[in-house]
Amino acid sequence: MAAALEARAIAHDFGGRPVLRGIDLTVGAGETVALLGPNGAGKSTLLRILALLLGPRSGTVTVQGHDGRAARAEALRQLGYLGHESACYPDLTARENLAFYGELFGVRDAGRIDDLLAWTGLADAADRPLRTCSRGMVQRVGLARALLHRPSVVLLDEPFTGLDPAASDALEQWLRALRAEGCAVLAAVHDVARAAALATCVVVLHGGRLAWTSPGPVPDAAALAERYRAATERLG
Amino acid sequence: MRAALAIVRKDLRIEWRTRETATTLAVLGVLLVTVLAFAHDPEPEAAPLLVPAVVWSAMVFTGLLGVERGFLVEREQDCLAGLRGAPIDPTALYLAKLVVNVLLLGATHAVVVPLSGLFLHVELWSVLPALALVLFLGTLGFAAVATLFAFVTVRLRTRQVMLPLLVLPLLMPLLIAAVKATEAVLGGTLAVAGEALGVLVAFDVIFVTAGALLFPAMIND
Amino acid sequence: MEAWLGLVGCAALAAAVVVALLVAPAAVGESVAQRILYLHAPSAFAAYGCIAVVAIASAVYLWKRSAAADRLAVAAAEVGVLMCTLVLVTGSIWGRARWGAWWTPDPRLTLTLILWAIYLSYVLLRAFGGDDEEIAPYAAVLGIVGVLAIPAIRVSARLMKGMHPSVLAPREGGSGLTDPSMRLAFWGGTVALLLVAACLVLLRARLERIERQASALRRLADAAEGA
Repeated sequence: MAAALEARAIAHDFGGRPVLRGIDLTVGAGETVALLGPNGAGKSTLLRILALLLGPRSGTVTVQGHDGRAARAEALRQLGYLGHESACYPDLTARENLAFYGELFGVRDAGRIDDLLAWTGLADAADRPLRTCSRGMVQRVGLARALLHRPSVVLLDEPFTGLDPAASDALEQWLRALRAEGCAVLAAVHDVARAAALATCVVVLHGGRLAWTSPGPVPDAAALAERYRAATERLG
Repeated sequence: MRAALAIVRKDLRIEWRTRETATTLAVLGVLLVTVLAFAHDPEPEAAPLLVPAVVWSAMVFTGLLGVERGFLVEREQDCLAGLRGAPIDPTALYLAKLVVNVLLLGATHAVVVPLSGLFLHVELWSVLPALALVLFLGTLGFAAVATLFAFVTVRLRTRQVMLPLLVLPLLMPLLIAAVKATEAVLGGTLAVAGEALGVLVAFDVIFVTAGALLFPAMIND
Repeated sequence: MEAWLGLVGCAALAAAVVVALLVAPAAVGESVAQRILYLHAPSAFAAYGCIAVVAIASAVYLWKRSAAADRLAVAAAEVGVLMCTLVLVTGSIWGRARWGAWWTPDPRLTLTLILWAIYLSYVLLRAFGGDDEEIAPYAAVLGIVGVLAIPAIRVSARLMKGMHPSVLAPREGGSGLTDPSMRLAFWGGTVALLLVAACLVLLRARLERIERQASALRRLADAAEGA
């Protein structure tokens, strides 16, 4: 079976400074892959490339069998990406933001927006401009925005950053629910314990290379932390 | 096409809610007209001759700022990534931003032009349809170029000076023709305006087409 | 290659200058200042040639994403601006000598002035736009659009002239060059300046390649040090 998300030999540089050097990565349906790595390891760049927002210098991205260049629109329909920022307009309400993106993605199901608002606990705040909402709420609107068109591959760039513990736990539950639905999830995370709790597979990005890939889930946070330290020291 | 309409509606809704760009541009336009009219302090009979220059100078200033502001909306919260991640034709994004900019600048004209007439003693009502046509054609060409390059400069540190630097040379033929056409319309010599209108139409066709065709290649990196 | 182009170009240029100043007879009814034509017109040909190269190389870059085409566009834009400057300065001097004004809104001068401004903005965008690979597609669009503006500039420049009293007698180009030695100076100068421009463009493109390699190496070294 073809993997939900497949990256082959991804290389990228900024002005000649290599950021990614030959990344191979696959995420299958129902898998949750945690992407660990120190600041500046290239996690965000890799996620933007996988989200087809940035063209790599070389390498290919395939989403559910659609080539990221040749069949970009089909691939995008399968992708949900949430970056550091929500990509939602601060002067619009949550509902308006979702309705707007719904139009862009051709989401005709009117109940979908209500479902997502309820699911992310935003039903009460759905009609307030986001400028008046907390960072956690904006983050949730961003997540709802990324999931609106029922993507089968979800890419999240440090989704836990800036969330209070309760919101973080809620997000973790949602990510588990996505996995149960068969979504392929790739999330850059800082918190090793969170990665240990959540991921079916952990990869460590360091110096533009995949320094370590776990053979399977690593539920033991202490063991994972040890592995992470070893992987990020070896190349340094 | 549906995507373009959705983006236009979204931008207009944001603008309607904040009234930020339209208000600031209109006030800026008023100030510019005042400054330009007072700076020249013309004799009453010479005043009407200044109208084309005043109108289009104000257009350049307000237009450059307005177009740039329209992109800051997409900058905040990295909304541009949201748009680029949607399965839409990039041309729709360009055309939508073009329409929004034309509408915003049109609203600014609606303040600036009557005010120039007032200050400089020109009766504009009788030539309104022809004047509106000239304003529309000039604004469309202006927005076609400025919108395209606002996508370039929005990512630069030096964007505030780079946008005028990039677009003003390209806009010179348009501005020359727009001033000449406005002169002709106000002088009641529409026949003379023919060639200038021809330049405006040609400029609009060339640059809207070029923008729509080149934009996808430009942002697809 | 560049060295030969440069040598032949400079030799031809020197020869053309000698013919223009010493051999060619004075044009009928013109002062000695007329002889600046033999530099003015060739530099215009070279300028337009460079601009054509920018546009074509930019289109190739957008189409194929070829780094070589991008470097060629950068180089041709700089040399094009240089040649445009030469056209404007010589034209201005000639205008001063002939009509007593440094600047007249002659359509061809206006066209050159606007093209000069457009491609100067291209050079500035490259200089201050940051990362070469990032800015290249945007600069390429400018390189193409600049040429698309030419028809509009030409017509609108005529509009301007229409509003001014005509201080210009119709300017003679090659057709007014009655003596063979005048034609030799004119066309010889054109060929010479085209060769010099080509040489400069190629040298500049090579310099651009070396500069980019150097900065890539520097960053590589920084990255290795930082890691």
